[in-house]
Amino acid sequence: MNLAQMQREFQSWLVTASDDAAQRLAGGHVAGLSVYQNNYRVQLVDCLRVSYPHVQTWLGEDAFLAAAITHIDNSPPHAWTLDAYGDDFGETLALLYPDNPEVHELAWIELALSRAFVAPDAGPLTLEALSDIDWESARLHLAPSFTAHVVTTNAADIWSALQQGIAPPESEMLAKPAAVVVWRRQFTVVLEAVDAVEHAALLQLWENGSFDALCSMLVARLGESEGVAKAGALLAGWVGKELLAGVAA
Amino acid sequence: MSTPSSRFAGHGLGLRREHYRDFLETDVPVDFVEVISENFMVEGGQPRHILRQVRERHPVALHGVSMSIGSADGLKADYLRRLKSLADEIQPLFVSDHLSWSRIDHFNSHDLLPLPYTEEALGIVCRNIEMAQDTLGRTMLFENPSSYLAFGDAAMTEWEFLRAMSKRTGCELLLDVNNVFVSATNHGFDAHAYLRGIPAERVRQIHLAGHSQGTELLIDTHDSPVHGGVWSLYAEAIALTGPVATMIERDGNIPPLADLLKELAVARSIGEANARMRQVAA
Repeated sequence: MNLAQMQREFQSWLVTASDDAAQRLAGGHVAGLSVYQNNYRVQLVDCLRVSYPHVQTWLGEDAFLAAAITHIDNSPPHAWTLDAYGDDFGETLALLYPDNPEVHELAWIELALSRAFVAPDAGPLTLEALSDIDWESARLHLAPSFTAHVVTTNAADIWSALQQGIAPPESEMLAKPAAVVVWRRQFTVVLEAVDAVEHAALLQLWENGSFDALCSMLVARLGESEGVAKAGALLAGWVGKELLAGVAA
Repeated sequence: MSTPSSRFAGHGLGLRREHYRDFLETDVPVDFVEVISENFMVEGGQPRHILRQVRERHPVALHGVSMSIGSADGLKADYLRRLKSLADEIQPLFVSDHLSWSRIDHFNSHDLLPLPYTEEALGIVCRNIEMAQDTLGRTMLFENPSSYLAFGDAAMTEWEFLRAMSKRTGCELLLDVNNVFVSATNHGFDAHAYLRGIPAERVRQIHLAGHSQGTELLIDTHDSPVHGGVWSLYAEAIALTGPVATMIERDGNIPPLADLLKELAVARSIGEANARMRQVAA
């Protein structure tokens, strides 16, 4: 057996605990192989626990462990860093809990926050930087840590309660889907619910950065005077919340 | 061939999250700190910010766990790019990883898996080391792993493998004395022969850590104080290597910093005793 064949056999042992692989690797002496098998699975479970502490609290220890085992069995790790192992855990939760959308929405929130935590540094944009710019050609850059998601449940409220260490509310469907955004202010990650207009405005800005296009979208949606006023108010709010990282004329 | 690392004979600790505040707000009496490279190979945010602050106070060694130097299908360019970016910024004392493999094809176990000590594996490991050192523009250190499985087709011992690897590539060694103790116990080889067999002049750093007794084997858990037998082996090791950077690794059941500093003081005293013996002998 050459090195590549041995390493594929070892992968097979770790992922499936195949007796055939154990026989070929160690002649059936599994004591040493079992140490590696145990290390592999324990490390992945621990990674999911660290990545999704509030999902674990919400589901309870036994259900979380069962979900983690399902994920490990179905999604062997492949990313360059262990920290990224849980990136698609939300998809496993969605399959396991199709009637409990708050579970995978809670997972989305935890993943977005952890990604924002190590997103590239940038900004923030100051009000002073906005003076004397050509608004027709100005392109605003959102913080690199920014991301947005549409939720159908009160997952954001559940996350907030768990984060504060207080009893979370019962899960419930929202009257209509809503949006949450995540970004980082300096070294603090932020989760915030936004209304439909602000969500659409942020997505518009995320796509092409044009403030002129943003104004046009808001005017089309709200009318001339209200649309222009809304654009100004949103811009001031985003600067204050450090959602913007820069501007290019 | 890359420029060899400079000799550095201080005593240090692994920087762990539980002790960030101590290292940022107090004058911790260590000569260097070691960090897990992958924890800081991120694009931005607080981890890199903390590391920059610590670097202003202490020399830093970068210790990786995911290079997978023994992968039959080679190294990942993106991983090396991230590591180079970090090393270029931090200007570390050492950049190290393990003599092991973690990844094959699209699978990454994130564990330090054992290599068969064959001529084929030696060729692959050396090719990968040369790629890593060329990309990083610096000599790397590789650590002997704890292992729980020995391969029947091995053509050489681990220390013979390390010697040949170091000779071919110019790489240097991170000698984990606890790993020697664990592997020697698990596989029944002579730890003293191991220490005499490695090229002592290539050792630039030493790790000390605790281990646990598993059902049948010793396990390298890093969750307890350094074992008495490991201290004895450490004294023997530095008699062979001379003074080199030495540190305590602790990754589980992490105690207050003061407890680790007491353990580090033991390493210092053994080092001082060894230095006195060298002076007398000279």
